[in-house]
Amino acid sequence: MIIITPDEFKRVSQATREDGRAPDEIRPLKIEAGILERADGSSYLELGDNKILAAVYGPREAQIKRLQRPDRAVIRCRYNMAPFSVKERKRPGPDRRSVEISKITAEALRPALILERFPRSVIDVFIEVLEAEGGTRCAGITAASVALADAGMPMKDMVVACAAGKVNGRIVLDLSEEEDKRGEADMPVAILPRKKEITLLQSDGNLTQEEFKEALDLAIKGCLKINKIQKEALKKKYGE
Amino acid sequence: MILVKDKDIVVPGEVLAKNDYYPGRGTFKEDNKICSSHIGLVSIRNKQISVIPLVSKYIPKRGDVVIGEITDIRFSMWGLDINSPYSGFLPASEVFGKEKRGLENIFNIGDVLFLKVVDVNEVKKVKLGLKGRGLGKFKGGVLVYITPSKVPRLIGKRGSMINMIKEKTRCNIVVGQNGVVWVKGDPEMEKVAREVILMIDREAHTSGLTNRVRYTLTGTYKEG
Repeated sequence: MIIITPDEFKRVSQATREDGRAPDEIRPLKIEAGILERADGSSYLELGDNKILAAVYGPREAQIKRLQRPDRAVIRCRYNMAPFSVKERKRPGPDRRSVEISKITAEALRPALILERFPRSVIDVFIEVLEAEGGTRCAGITAASVALADAGMPMKDMVVACAAGKVNGRIVLDLSEEEDKRGEADMPVAILPRKKEITLLQSDGNLTQEEFKEALDLAIKGCLKINKIQKEALKKKYGE
Repeated sequence: MILVKDKDIVVPGEVLAKNDYYPGRGTFKEDNKICSSHIGLVSIRNKQISVIPLVSKYIPKRGDVVIGEITDIRFSMWGLDINSPYSGFLPASEVFGKEKRGLENIFNIGDVLFLKVVDVNEVKKVKLGLKGRGLGKFKGGVLVYITPSKVPRLIGKRGSMINMIKEKTRCNIVVGQNGVVWVKGDPEMEKVAREVILMIDREAHTSGLTNRVRYTLTGTYKEG
């Protein structure tokens, strides 16, 4: 007979995932700020096997007059996946998914920016996914926020995103592509870390109320970890 | 209570101080906490905390002198790029009286002018003027673009930095408050001046910069 003692149970529940991570562990993360010469602000981010480049241009004069707002700047966002970013070649150009992600990224970033400082102008954010391995929308938001800060945009706070989800009945942080495919649920969350305000919350799959709360708490914890790396990346650019 | 030191590098959203301090430029107050709104350097002056941005865009202000490039010619005005989110315009009346013919004969697209900001209205329409000492069109020379918030560093205390560069490179240098610098002199010296200006832009937040600039200048000067 096998008896599982409470200690044993704890060990089993904390057992590693497929890629050897603990349930509350994010993939190895590397962020670098200001890597593009011609952009006003830029960043490069690696999260596990994700490789993402973000560039910010502006605030600059709106070339399309109908986009202008007399009292504030407008943020435009483009999320794009390179044809070679996934195993099977992706048809280049925007598709339903990337249009959605572009929209939610702009909406996730907007509350952090002090747009009233630049009336009648536009800020362009470009997120290019060079290599994708699950969780690119979160990584994209994280990278875009670093690029915006690097561009010298006045901001109320940084924006940081991280996903939590349910895989094999267990709530885990920062799902990889494999986990996302096999898992029961995936929930990307973006927050403003200082006040912990949520600017993005999506959910794909089924979660009970308790599981949802657990996943949200876990995602916020993950966001705070990522936020530290974001700050370090920005300070590192100016040699600290 | 203060959480940072003078000259610390801070990122947007970082809490700088609580209670008994006043928010200055580049900061905002939220629930008794003073937070940074830019990436920049902390500066503390008598209980007032401000953040000097490391990167910024030029916001036109009345009375500034700027360097602009003509991008557009219309019926009675020129449109100019002034390295800012807002383009400027130079009314034809600033150049000649009532007749408004042949604007392109005076200034053409691509010309670089040294101008004064006459007025900025509520919707940030920037009116430029040419009336003033030294204002007008540049002939030849090269343009160097730096971050507008670093213009005071490039000029230095009472022009010490810029005068040193002028003297050592024997170039004519004009600095616009919009972060555009015009350099004209010997082609080789123009290159040196350009490098030095870009170096100041890159390292404006570090200490001992004036000495390093002097070293770079005299080093290259001797070789050349």
